[in-house]
Amino acid sequence: MTRFSGRHLLGIEPLEPADISALLDTAETLREVLTRPIKKVPTLRGKTIVNLFYEASTRTRSSFEMAEKALSADTLSISMATASVQKGETLLDTARNIEAMQPDMIVMRHSSSGAPHFLSRNCRSAVVNAGDGAHEHPTQALLDAFTLRQKRGRLQGLRVAIIGDLLHSRVMRSNLWLLKKMKADVILCGPPTLVPPGIESLAPCTFRIDEAIEGADAVMMLRIQLERMSGGFFPSLREYHQRFGLTEARMKRAKNNVLIMHPGPINRGVEIASEVADGPYSVILDQVTNGVAVRMAVLFLLLGGSEVAS
Amino acid sequence: MSRGVLLKGGRVVDPSQGVDASLDLLLRDGAVAALGENLAPDDADIVDIAGLVACPGFIDIHVHLREPGYEEKETIATGTRAAAAGGFASVCCMPNTNPVNDQAGITRFILERAAAADCARVYPIGAVTKGSRGEELAEYGDLRDAGCVAVSDDGRPVSDARLMRRALDYARAFDLTIIDHCEDPRLSEKALMNEGAVSTLLGLSGVPWVSEAMMVERDVLLAELTGGKAHIAHVSTASAVDAVRRGKARGVRVTAEATPHHLLLTDQAVKDLEYDTSTKMNPPLRCDADRRAVIEGLRDGTIDCIATDHAPHTIDDKMIEFDQAAFGIVGLETAVSLCLDRLVRTDMITLGRLVDLFAGAPARVLCLPGGTLKPGAPADVTVLDLDRSVTVEPSRFLSKGRCTPFAGWNLKGAPVMTIVGGKIVFSVDR
Repeated sequence: MTRFSGRHLLGIEPLEPADISALLDTAETLREVLTRPIKKVPTLRGKTIVNLFYEASTRTRSSFEMAEKALSADTLSISMATASVQKGETLLDTARNIEAMQPDMIVMRHSSSGAPHFLSRNCRSAVVNAGDGAHEHPTQALLDAFTLRQKRGRLQGLRVAIIGDLLHSRVMRSNLWLLKKMKADVILCGPPTLVPPGIESLAPCTFRIDEAIEGADAVMMLRIQLERMSGGFFPSLREYHQRFGLTEARMKRAKNNVLIMHPGPINRGVEIASEVADGPYSVILDQVTNGVAVRMAVLFLLLGGSEVAS
Repeated sequence: MSRGVLLKGGRVVDPSQGVDASLDLLLRDGAVAALGENLAPDDADIVDIAGLVACPGFIDIHVHLREPGYEEKETIATGTRAAAAGGFASVCCMPNTNPVNDQAGITRFILERAAAADCARVYPIGAVTKGSRGEELAEYGDLRDAGCVAVSDDGRPVSDARLMRRALDYARAFDLTIIDHCEDPRLSEKALMNEGAVSTLLGLSGVPWVSEAMMVERDVLLAELTGGKAHIAHVSTASAVDAVRRGKARGVRVTAEATPHHLLLTDQAVKDLEYDTSTKMNPPLRCDADRRAVIEGLRDGTIDCIATDHAPHTIDDKMIEFDQAAFGIVGLETAVSLCLDRLVRTDMITLGRLVDLFAGAPARVLCLPGGTLKPGAPADVTVLDLDRSVTVEPSRFLSKGRCTPFAGWNLKGAPVMTIVGGKIVFSVDR
């Protein structure tokens, strides 16, 4: 069986290529479970997983829950947006209280970059980062990679354009690390005000979307958070769509059969035109499907489940 | 004439007199009575300091004692004990207390508490503006008479250039220095660390170096315009060092300080320590080019002195998410060993230069008594053991604050005795 070297999954940056391959290969094996009439294996029976979500999430949280259930883990989801955080409880106190119930794993989404690192230092459970601030969203990058591999058979040498709000995007950071480690060619694109300093030392970066799309095997569009408007990063959504949005006309510069990806939720008519999001090259919903298999792999490898018996 | 104290057999390093020699030092009636070879007064207690180094008492001109108002973080009693344990005979305390030290009554309260604590000397710093709100000047005449040695709106930079001009100008009447924490509030908004490659990787919002540099440029120009005295607190960027250097070359009355953490750490520490909040302070740890430029400023005299920006917080203020944690770390009990080990032992600066940075220079910057062992000077002495090995252990700090990025560091060289007004206020058992 494949092995994974870490105790937590806090980000893609610390992983070795072998870890990433192990996760993707395991996801490949586990994906089969989801096609069975009874979509459940007893692999993590008796293990307890707490999903601790400090930020609203539909896709990621339900994806983790489905993965946990498919592996027969006992799960508990806490939405901290509506729980004790409003009573002024600190993350440390919440973590200690959850720890007192002796779970095996905590899956956390938090708006503060580094919150999962803080949690992992202060508890015994395995910690999975389900997105922390603008830092990382490792399972998103893994499911993106899984989708790319599924559709193209490999990651090495693929030309992948990541376009949009690079500054605030944890999805970009995790994908950048993963694709670099797996030897894909990444090109980044966004308005200069949304390009974080120093990023060009990790991947080439352009302000021209046509240049980024040229010859791409895959285009990953990043969500524009509408609240960014107040930061004065760009003058209007209209101009953003015109200059940095993905339209059908622009797609023609990419390779034939280009893969159009988006971590969701999409802003139709802002970063991506509806015809593209719903068009034949879009694999946006495949990404969602694959998310469950990839998260099953993460849980399985970190919790050291038994063989995936039939 | 009271009984004296004779420090015997040590090496005296006092750059103010160009002294670095084996000499005895006699203290009497709160003052230095004599410095010479083989002193043998018949009415003095002898303290054997063979193998140790005696220096003018160290002075830290940038400390937050938190009292009144934030006694859970630090008190004047705990802060001055921490100072003495760190080798500091005197500290200047910033006015961002609650209430702000913007009037004589509060200054007098601070001095009363300091007298009651009876440990390191305390020189209060008053506010530049009433309530440090950046609107109206505080009453500098009253503050000076009550005992303030400078004014500052530390932590809340004076963003209004006209107000800063008035402050620098008006303070001339009382020979007060304006200490400015230089950053542009808008550029620094929501910033958690230095802006650069590391903040990008960590996904933390950063403040660009320009935020500090442009305010330092402004202050140097306003000091030039008014003839007032500006002191730039905790210089952290290459451009700020350069601005001070150019100002000094033009004869502007500007001085500057640097902290041990900006001299020794970079923003990489935030990543290496995995978002540990002991790496969160303002100004933030910068990139290595900035750090090296600050050291160069220290070597060429652009930076006048070392100050700690000792900023104690409770555990609750720091054991939380990085973006929500308070800015600031403690420094009083680590600064001297850090500088001895990482600046002097590495030959970046000489011991004499370090003693000046900690004693003579801060006294000159704010026109304080002390900083010298000339006969008649205050009997304030810091005794160092250059061979003593120490490990930074926050749980043993006398300060209430425990947050330091240097926890666990092994350092060689440490303060072992602090004398204030002829009285030993701190001493390590040997």
